[in-house]
Amino acid sequence: MTLLSVRDLNVTFGTPEGDVRAVQGVSFDIEPGETVAIVGESGSGKSVTANSLLRLNFGADVRISGEILLEGRDVLTMTEDEVRSVRGSDMAMIFQDPLTALNPFYTVGRQIGEAYAIHHPGATKKELREIALNSLEKVGIPEPLKRVDQYPHEFSGGMRQRIVIAMALVNNPKILIADEPTTALDVTVQAQILELIAEMQAQHGSAVILITHDLGVVAEITERVMVMYAGRVVESASVENTFAVPTHPYTRGLLKSVKSLDTARHERLEPIPGTPPSLIKLPSGCPFHPRCAFADSLGGRCSSEAPELRIVGSSRSACHLPDERLLGLMGGAS
Amino acid sequence: MNTDLVLEARGLRKYFPTGASKMLQRPTDVVQAVDEVSFGLRRGTTLAIVGESGCGKSTLGRLLARLIEPTAGSVLLDGKDITKASSRELLALRRDIQVVFQDPYACLNPRHSIGQSIGTPIRIQKTLSRADEKARVRELMALVGLNPEHYNRFPHEFSGGQRQRAGIARALALQPKVIIADEPVSALDVSIQAQILNLMEDLQSSMGLSYVFIAHDLSVVRHIADQVAVMYLGKIVEIGDPTAVYERSAHPYTKALLSAVPVADPKGAGERKRIVLSGDVPSPVNPPSGCRFRTRCPKAEARCAAEEPLLIERESGHQVACHFPL
Repeated sequence: MTLLSVRDLNVTFGTPEGDVRAVQGVSFDIEPGETVAIVGESGSGKSVTANSLLRLNFGADVRISGEILLEGRDVLTMTEDEVRSVRGSDMAMIFQDPLTALNPFYTVGRQIGEAYAIHHPGATKKELREIALNSLEKVGIPEPLKRVDQYPHEFSGGMRQRIVIAMALVNNPKILIADEPTTALDVTVQAQILELIAEMQAQHGSAVILITHDLGVVAEITERVMVMYAGRVVESASVENTFAVPTHPYTRGLLKSVKSLDTARHERLEPIPGTPPSLIKLPSGCPFHPRCAFADSLGGRCSSEAPELRIVGSSRSACHLPDERLLGLMGGAS
Repeated sequence: MNTDLVLEARGLRKYFPTGASKMLQRPTDVVQAVDEVSFGLRRGTTLAIVGESGCGKSTLGRLLARLIEPTAGSVLLDGKDITKASSRELLALRRDIQVVFQDPYACLNPRHSIGQSIGTPIRIQKTLSRADEKARVRELMALVGLNPEHYNRFPHEFSGGQRQRAGIARALALQPKVIIADEPVSALDVSIQAQILNLMEDLQSSMGLSYVFIAHDLSVVRHIADQVAVMYLGKIVEIGDPTAVYERSAHPYTKALLSAVPVADPKGAGERKRIVLSGDVPSPVNPPSGCRFRTRCPKAEARCAAEEPLLIERESGHQVACHFPL
């Protein structure tokens, strides 16, 4: 059975300025053990999508519709108690800023133990300490015996993120959701954490949903990529295809504006013109059409009709352009 | 060659006292944020300063603009030492050196219209009359790709990329010689970063600007720099033109830093050999003796703890501070 199946997810936040349509018609499946990246810029809906999986979208006026089927059970219709039993045990989350994810008043050992105790009410203090020590050792914290009784402020950013990962993995979750896990870290530490996530995944067999804006991070550790723009999935493909044969003009734009280590000096970058749209006043039709270089070539279709995800080559793309043009977006050989 | 330098740092040092109180009669701890840094910026070119958080790159940027006073050393603008400038001279100096900051949300006064903000340097320096100031600000807005009709709008009505354009327009208001840009694109979305980088390059070639570009993102730097300085714990460990530093990196830290950058190419990801450094950057309060990188260096030997390596020319224009360069 599919581990997680999201069907037609819509999330809207009511605000005094109007409705913010953060996520619109997002559907995807996650199979056991696979790594999927959700890529997008700020405001693309990637974090809202991730938070919805655990029903973590709080606010006065949040409207969610659709289905989030975890092994066939819909998270959206669960009672609060049922959701709580899912959080941390079936699906666990790693957040961007490890300092705000940890309680400054408790030792890290106690916090890891607590994450375990919530789902194992019978565990003794001694067991919890044992588990905390083991977890710290597994995520590569040196001198766990000394570190287990220390407070978050006594750790560096990279070490804190290791502790958050230890907490997330303490119940052997089936799905690990990592929301920008390395964005707040330096590159050399980022490399360590990405390596750790991959290692932990291999050991635990968890599926990983990686939320990021960094295409470099995506290429390093994922198998499948979903690109989001203005609350919608605009492309879904294998990581190889996403980079070699992007089938959406937005994905192409992202790839073209990425600077690589071997870009020649002063080689002109090709930025995407304009800025992402306001989610309150979304453009009509395809949300990307005001910034799209190809929109004019299709008459008025892009501004009147929103494209659905469809199969293009071996990817799925939400664009009106004919297949052969989508497959040749990067120029040269299609 | 030296006459070609618009900005020069000589033995620049900034120590911040920290920690211990006088009551306890303990000697005060000192953060060695920038230690003995020297380099020259050639006119009309870009020098990039890269390093991880805490390496002292932002402190260095502030020293160069004399936003803070150095503990020792000097900064020469067109051959004149600005660290000794009086407050009146300093005012004049601000015309020549301007700063673009990282956070486009924090660097604009939310209660001033964008036009007012861009015109502030002109008002302080009294270089133009009020009427001319408005015309000049509109010109600047057009120059950086903002709509001059938005003169009276407030910062919250603009996106991050547009605010950064306003920050750049303000820095250009006095036609400076040098712009210190401290992480100017790191707070922006990928698709917007490229717009700002292109803008900065266009302005450089049309106005003959010289940039000190401070960044942690090595791929951005490769794109924009004529010279790259890699910093670690307050010191420059390697400096040279980008091709030398990126392709013939001689310092083990540079090598590790470059190999840690995730590459947007899944095919290459498996083939590349990544050097994962163990541990974190040590505290700058009590940096390691000798070479400051030795505690994380895969090649460290006894000599590295005993003796501090100096920046030594390896090939023309490429200097490295390492006892055992690669």
